[in-house]
Amino acid sequence: MSSTPQFLGRNVFDLDDYSADEIMYILEAAKGMKEINLREYKKIPTLRGKTVCTLFVENSTRTRLSFELAASRLSADVVSFQASVSALQKGESLQDTVYTLNAMGIDLYVIRHSSPGAPQLVHKHSGKPVMNGGDGRHAHPTQALLDIFSIWEKLGALNGLKITIVGDILNSRVVRSNLIGMKKLGAEVTVCGPRTLMPGYMEDVYGCKVEYDLETALKDADVVMGLRMQLERQTEGLFPSLEEYTKHYVLSKETLKFAKKDALIMHPGPMNRGIEILPEIADSQQSIIVEQVANGVAVRMALMFLVLGGKI
Amino acid sequence: MRTLIKNGTVYQKGQFTQKDLLIENEHILDIADKINIPAEQVIDASLKYVFPGFIDLHSHLRDPGQTYKEDIVSGTRAAAKGGFTTVCAMPNTEPVTDNIAAVEYIHRRAKDLGFCKVKVIGALTKKQEGLEIAEMASMKKGGIVAVSDDGKCVQNARLMMNCMKYAVNYQLPIIIHAEDYNLAGKGQIHSGKVATALGLSGIPPIAEEVIISRDIMLAESTKAKIHIAHLSSAKSVEMIKDAKTRGLQVTCEVTPHHLVLNEEACISFDTNTKMKPPLRSEKDRQTLVEALRNGTIDCIATDHAPHQDFEKEREFDYAPFGVIGFETAFAVLYSELVLPGVLSLERLIEALTVSPARVLGLPSPELEKGACADLCLADLDQKTPIYSDTLLSKSKNSPWINLELQGKITCTFCNGRVTWQG
Repeated sequence: MSSTPQFLGRNVFDLDDYSADEIMYILEAAKGMKEINLREYKKIPTLRGKTVCTLFVENSTRTRLSFELAASRLSADVVSFQASVSALQKGESLQDTVYTLNAMGIDLYVIRHSSPGAPQLVHKHSGKPVMNGGDGRHAHPTQALLDIFSIWEKLGALNGLKITIVGDILNSRVVRSNLIGMKKLGAEVTVCGPRTLMPGYMEDVYGCKVEYDLETALKDADVVMGLRMQLERQTEGLFPSLEEYTKHYVLSKETLKFAKKDALIMHPGPMNRGIEILPEIADSQQSIIVEQVANGVAVRMALMFLVLGGKI
Repeated sequence: MRTLIKNGTVYQKGQFTQKDLLIENEHILDIADKINIPAEQVIDASLKYVFPGFIDLHSHLRDPGQTYKEDIVSGTRAAAKGGFTTVCAMPNTEPVTDNIAAVEYIHRRAKDLGFCKVKVIGALTKKQEGLEIAEMASMKKGGIVAVSDDGKCVQNARLMMNCMKYAVNYQLPIIIHAEDYNLAGKGQIHSGKVATALGLSGIPPIAEEVIISRDIMLAESTKAKIHIAHLSSAKSVEMIKDAKTRGLQVTCEVTPHHLVLNEEACISFDTNTKMKPPLRSEKDRQTLVEALRNGTIDCIATDHAPHQDFEKEREFDYAPFGVIGFETAFAVLYSELVLPGVLSLERLIEALTVSPARVLGLPSPELEKGACADLCLADLDQKTPIYSDTLLSKSKNSPWINLELQGKITCTFCNGRVTWQG
């Protein structure tokens, strides 16, 4: 029997720092938090007197709201620092920003930043635990945990499940963190997208499968995740047009015939309906896209609770 | 003033033998098995090595314009501490060293205040903008030893061809920082496994290789002499080997960091591992080491590129490229390549002395009677500590910071004057 995992004061940079057992422990904790979120009075006093700072140097409304709601429901005080990258680049450095915030007595930082490694930098200069709310294309561990939680809740253990992730793999931090977490729990993951949007060495780094053909990638999948396809990749010369992308990679009734009949449909949002996913799929019975958002709050509550010293 | 160095293990013509060496004023008065001439200063070197002073073909002294990072005094002091007696200053100063007045400024400052000889490399194009040929002929009169747009790369092949044609007329070698801007893109590190795992944009080796390929062809057509700076990839080595086999005037250099580190060093997001070209795969690194051993790579150059902590200590994407190298070069290469038996000490010293001199046609730095007394003493049993308070450079951006490396330069003479002792 392994001992109870210790989370107190730990950073959440990415899932590679967490064992399969620890991930399972977080999921169990999130289950309890989800129950709180369904109550009429959605608040517990466990983090009263603690201060959480959401430091968002890259725009995000959804993720920030989710973190702030999670902190509030645990009764922590929340302060929010939003800066455009350009403002930080011109003026105060991230280091000085952190010194300033730290002087105000922050207990936990949540950071979103366009540059990989920024959470590590915040921790280095604050000495406080840091949760990565997304750093460039690198990692988005809380999104991966909520995705894994959503699958686990519906299908049970991830071991042996076939999970296919489709879209702009190159620019996706969601994929990278999910690959680490899902592989740790024994899932078989296939990533699929145009060759120009596929990073090199994916098999070596993550032990996943790489497919460029959607039908092959979807074959027998238990879970299918679509990723947002951004128009700016076209002007970067990575693919010819959204129309052509849609023709070859859209998740539709037709293409999902190749997956398992009741395959779960997921998307980290925000969705481009009609581009990477058709409404007929996004709004279908199989889709858990809206539930993912709800689970996000629960998972983030669980993490804050554990990192700031709560016990189940 | 005479200094007698007794019983040192002296490097001469590729070999080490125990000798006495007598310095009088600026020159080596004698070098022999035993010298019994009285001298004001006698150094017992019986446990030490005596090398010719090192020559660095590639450094950034940041003077004029960015003297908060480094200046001619601090830079040459750091160089002397690393055993260097000659360093070549790249022209990416502010303003750019693209005219004779700028060249003369550096020469004068170095002569008055420097701790080693400074050779100036003039810009290849005006302001290093890659648009118009710089005033090479005038700068040659001012004493430049080569031209380069280092840090930048002429993207226009037609202009590059004309630069080569023009340089040939003044016997100026062109030092090439090979980087195709479009292929390099917004890349931060090598486009390998680590870039994938860290989500950092990659700089593919092909960004270097297409320019090397282009410039070898242009050099063949124009008869220009080119020197490829800071080689990073296995394919680059292959192309240069081929060019040399065909008898072209192509030489190249490699930095200590590319010889010792690979992409894995970037995993911790340490911005002191961020440089151009980036640290590449282990296979590339091994190929570079082998190419240095067999002579395909002519010499070692530091690419000493100082940046202050406040510039480096930030988000990886925003930190500037480059690391310092003067004070670490010898100890890094000795402890990481010579000690494990990968590279001979003889070849290491050759690649730091005779080879770089040959590349630029400088006088060969032999330790022999009558030669200029440019030399350094090394104690291989001592360690070189690399801490911010021990580094003499104004900047501390070294990947080896807070480490102690085996092998230490204990004394450096430049023109017979002690420029470092420690």
